[in-house]
Amino acid sequence: MSTAVQSAPERPAPQSAVRSRRRLPRLAPLGLYLAGIALGAGLSALTGFGVVSTVIYGVLLGTLAVYVVTRAVEGPRKATDRLVTCLVTTAFGLAMVPLVSLVWTVLDNGLPRLDGQFFTNSMFRVVGEGGGAYHAILGTLIITALATLISVPIGLMTAIYLVEYATGRLKRSITFFVDVMTGIPSIVAGLFAFALFTLLFGNDVRMGVMGAVALSVLMIPVVVRSCEEVLKLVPNELREASYALGVPKWRTVVKVVLPTAIAGLGTGITLSVARVVGETAPLLVTVGLITGTNLNPFDGRMATLPVFAYYQLTQPGTATQAFLDRAWTAALVLIILVMALNVVARLISRFFAPSTGR
Amino acid sequence: MAKRIEVSDLNIYYGNFLAVEGVTISIEPRSITALIGPSGCGKSTFLRSLNRMHEVLPGARVEGKVVMDGHDLYGADVDPVDVRRQIGMVFQRPNPFPTMSIYDNVVAGNRLNNRRMKKSEADELVEKSLRGANLWNEVKDRLDRPGSSLSGGQQQRLCIARAIAVEPDVLLMDEPCSALDPISTLAIEDLMAELKDRFTIVIVTHNMQQAARVSESTGFFNLSGVGQPGRLIEFNPTEKIFSNPDQKATEDYISGRFG
Repeated sequence: MSTAVQSAPERPAPQSAVRSRRRLPRLAPLGLYLAGIALGAGLSALTGFGVVSTVIYGVLLGTLAVYVVTRAVEGPRKATDRLVTCLVTTAFGLAMVPLVSLVWTVLDNGLPRLDGQFFTNSMFRVVGEGGGAYHAILGTLIITALATLISVPIGLMTAIYLVEYATGRLKRSITFFVDVMTGIPSIVAGLFAFALFTLLFGNDVRMGVMGAVALSVLMIPVVVRSCEEVLKLVPNELREASYALGVPKWRTVVKVVLPTAIAGLGTGITLSVARVVGETAPLLVTVGLITGTNLNPFDGRMATLPVFAYYQLTQPGTATQAFLDRAWTAALVLIILVMALNVVARLISRFFAPSTGR
Repeated sequence: MAKRIEVSDLNIYYGNFLAVEGVTISIEPRSITALIGPSGCGKSTFLRSLNRMHEVLPGARVEGKVVMDGHDLYGADVDPVDVRRQIGMVFQRPNPFPTMSIYDNVVAGNRLNNRRMKKSEADELVEKSLRGANLWNEVKDRLDRPGSSLSGGQQQRLCIARAIAVEPDVLLMDEPCSALDPISTLAIEDLMAELKDRFTIVIVTHNMQQAARVSESTGFFNLSGVGQPGRLIEFNPTEKIFSNPDQKATEDYISGRFG
């Protein structure tokens, strides 16, 4: 490694604040890190080779090597910089492990059944292989759409009220209760909807809209929070410009504030949809599951993807593997759905953002 | 068209804090009135109270009388929205609506108020207002571009065009040139000189040369200390203020001894 160190230039007068220092070549830290990992692999081979021990030893030794060499050559400040870079990168790697592993597992197990049949067949009169989640996919879409239909007006208007109109104690208490709502466990939201509809329609009532109400309870605070943040970003100068033209407040909100914030609002709402589309517990206690296709959310049980996956997994029939495969594929479809929603959110924020035109 | 504004014994508050105390002033029609003074002395606050923009802030209120055309603007039966339709305002930082094109920005005052206009009327209004703001020749080929695509000085003139498009009687300008370079400033000052034939103009400025160049009358605001309310120290024709002011404080400020 000594070859990597450039010869030290002559030292200028000590008063000068700017002077050249010895520097490691650009790729040296990476090389050191890799050397540390190789050393870790060797160390792990001594104690019986294992991937986990290789990674742990390698990361520790690599970090150590980078730190020590940098400290010796470039001084303590650069060494601390490199050390923290190593730590942050390691933390990032750690955070990626579950994500990559999850996506990999779901793809691995879910891809075999990701076929046409899965999207066109329901589970009606299917006890073994075959069948699909047509009914559950449509059920999820319908119930989520209904939940959005309920939550967005309430949430958006609450956010507008909080940002544009509310003052003092009422504002503080609404903000507080919205925060409390954010923390409601999803099963409680499900039980709330269950109890509400039982009170209204009597025992044994099952409707898709119950699930939509339960999901709204979870969704409204998310919508309020994200819309509130976005509306706060609209510069006050635009509101004042509008007032100064003699535009009433409500029209200023509708025609100036909302159009300016539309990109952020769209993104926030789409992400809140993505947040509830995979909820299982509230749908389990409210809409339940059926094997056939029910597209009417106001009458009878409906199937949804999360609940479908749950039942395929927990109550497999005689053909266990077929049920497990369907559960994995349902999970995969759900992930694809959430990902698609996130992409849509990105697109919304790109296309609706006010263009500067420069 | 242009109207006189009589202000008497105006006290302006932020909550319980008295920001400006006892202002009595008479703003002449078809002239430019400049308000000068050190930072925090309440000249912008006073300006904003003239078209009831002050009360937009929570807790802000006003005592006293602002009479325009025989009507007290703060009378119980006066809608602040109506006041603002007659008294337009241009702000310190250019603030064109970012979602609208140059064209839409100019007609914003009408469109936002749902006033129906024929296409030809709107076109005419846009051309007239942009010509009035000395911007027409620069933007006539790109009226559908976003307002934020213009330079800072052009944006400020666009804001002036937007303000005069609703045909107000009075135009308030809150340091309209402080974010602009000397050339854009000159363009705006020339524009003010043209506009004063049609509007009553009140301008707040930190630039004393600007006040001396453009205005007929000048009001000097000052405050006696931090936490004390600002007051109108002197209000006189601009020539007198800058050559032979009545008050010692005015002379000190103008000659650069403080502030």
